[in-house]
Amino acid sequence: MLLGPSLTVSLILFSIGVAGVLIRRNAIIVFMCIELMLNAVNLSFIALAQQLGREGQVIVFFVMAVAAAEATVGLAIMIAIYRHKNSLNVTELNLLRG
Amino acid sequence: MIPAYVDLSEASGLLVALLPEVFLTGWVLLLLLVVAWQHRSAEDQQLVGRLSLAGLVVTLALVILYWLRGPEPEGLELMIALDGFRYATAAVFLIGAILAVAISMHYLRRESILVPEYYLLILLATIGMMFMGGGADLVVIFLGLELMSVAVYVLAGINRRSIFAAEAALKYFLLGAFASAFLLYGIALIYGATGTTNLTLVYVQISAMGLQTDVMLIAGIAMLLVGFGFKVAAVPFHMWTPDVYDGAPTPVTAFMAAAVKAAAFAALMRILVQALAPMDSVWTEAVWWLAAITMVVGNVIALAQRRLKRMLAYSSIGHAGYLLVAVTSGTDLGTAALLYYVLVYTLMTVGAFAILTVVGRGGERDTRIDDFNGLGSRRPWLAFAMTVFMLSLLGFPGTAGFIGKWYILSAAVQADQFKLAVVLVGASILSAGYYLPVIMAMYMKDPVSDTAHVETRAVGAVRWVIGVTAMLLLLFGVWPNAVLDLAKEEGRQLRPAVLVTVSR
Repeated sequence: MLLGPSLTVSLILFSIGVAGVLIRRNAIIVFMCIELMLNAVNLSFIALAQQLGREGQVIVFFVMAVAAAEATVGLAIMIAIYRHKNSLNVTELNLLRG
Repeated sequence: MIPAYVDLSEASGLLVALLPEVFLTGWVLLLLLVVAWQHRSAEDQQLVGRLSLAGLVVTLALVILYWLRGPEPEGLELMIALDGFRYATAAVFLIGAILAVAISMHYLRRESILVPEYYLLILLATIGMMFMGGGADLVVIFLGLELMSVAVYVLAGINRRSIFAAEAALKYFLLGAFASAFLLYGIALIYGATGTTNLTLVYVQISAMGLQTDVMLIAGIAMLLVGFGFKVAAVPFHMWTPDVYDGAPTPVTAFMAAAVKAAAFAALMRILVQALAPMDSVWTEAVWWLAAITMVVGNVIALAQRRLKRMLAYSSIGHAGYLLVAVTSGTDLGTAALLYYVLVYTLMTVGAFAILTVVGRGGERDTRIDDFNGLGSRRPWLAFAMTVFMLSLLGFPGTAGFIGKWYILSAAVQADQFKLAVVLVGASILSAGYYLPVIMAMYMKDPVSDTAHVETRAVGAVRWVIGVTAMLLLLFGVWPNAVLDLAKEEGRQLRPAVLVTVSR
């Protein structure tokens, strides 16, 4: 049911996520775009699971757990950098270069 | 004691098959309790470090025991592989982790970083790596990769006082998570095309259904390669590497450059050889280009670096290129060369970074090659060890790095990739331009001042790490046969499981 459209929507969502990561400058919004990419993949898994069996649905739970763990760590890192810089603009991450 | 056959479709069978990983996980949970109790003083931290070291050593012993007389799978390897490749890579990761913990113990005390959880994160990352090298299912490999990555994001920013570490952690996190999403999308597309995530079944499906030209599958492989390209720091996906290696605490950098990279390569090799072998016409070309560009760009930019830490970061990109050459060949010899080089590379990288912590004394980021001036006369043994590491990274005859590189070359030639072999030799010659100045500075230049290197002293575990790695590199350089034979034997085992059963 709706396998083709679901996969297309998933591809579009993934592309929006990629574009957001490349364009946006606020670290939190960049991270939201990464979450969007992960959830786009989840949509693919769910859509494919209709045809290919329950395995795909189980994978989605693993991905959700992984995304939650990433969010915890990522937001903590962002707090750490905000304490140093009072900003989350990724273009200002320019101490390390050479 | 260990059953000869295990049924991996049952929980008990899986438990037996996963004993080393289960032990290390249990040990981490116990240590977490210890840390909850004892986390106030540097002595407590030292205690956790020693306990972590003990846990890693026991796990290494278990892995070796399994390697010698491990159980055979009854039927299909469903989630975890039971082959020599898993044990060989696990042993390399554990050795890398042991060396990293050993150099951390002194470093953390000197920099007064009081975070006992540091060691737990290294252990957790190691468990993730073991699943990456041993997973027989794309999802298990993905979960192992995430377990490793999330732990290493935190490790990069473990020094909360350092703005450089915070910046490194954020860059690593954002690009690492970005890469994971690509990898996951690749897995989803491969699942969609073949209907399974099991490596062996993917192989069977591709061959049986004739999916060699399937668009979804090819797109999935492309996404997978992008994801792994980020993780192994292949050019053009390498932008994060120099910054992150530069900003992270030096022992963490050593751990990232050695073990984390080795784990990504182990997973990549296993997926390409065991599941995607019928698609080799698709990925060989892509990996070929990645390898060639990575070798050239990594080595050329390294030439321009004056600061040693950043130079080693670029050199590690160059070495990722050499390892990609071994992946490109996709043969048994290529796998064997990868295994051997990953071990040697772990030893020489950790050794070089260990010396950097000794000479840099807290200012590793700003340690220039000139700061090594005259080390040869003031600290002859340290200078000698550094010479061994530099020559081995360069691939100079008589060191293990030479044997490893020669082995990769012969794998490339055997697979008829002469052009890539030429690029590899050219890149190695280029790399002499930045490894040799370090040696020249140590032996041919005078110390900057009379007080230079007076404080430079390798103490405690760091001294052991430097000594043991340097000696092993020399030993494997003149007498590599035992390890080479082992690598060849395990390299032969990594192939689609269907073919292994036929050949038994």
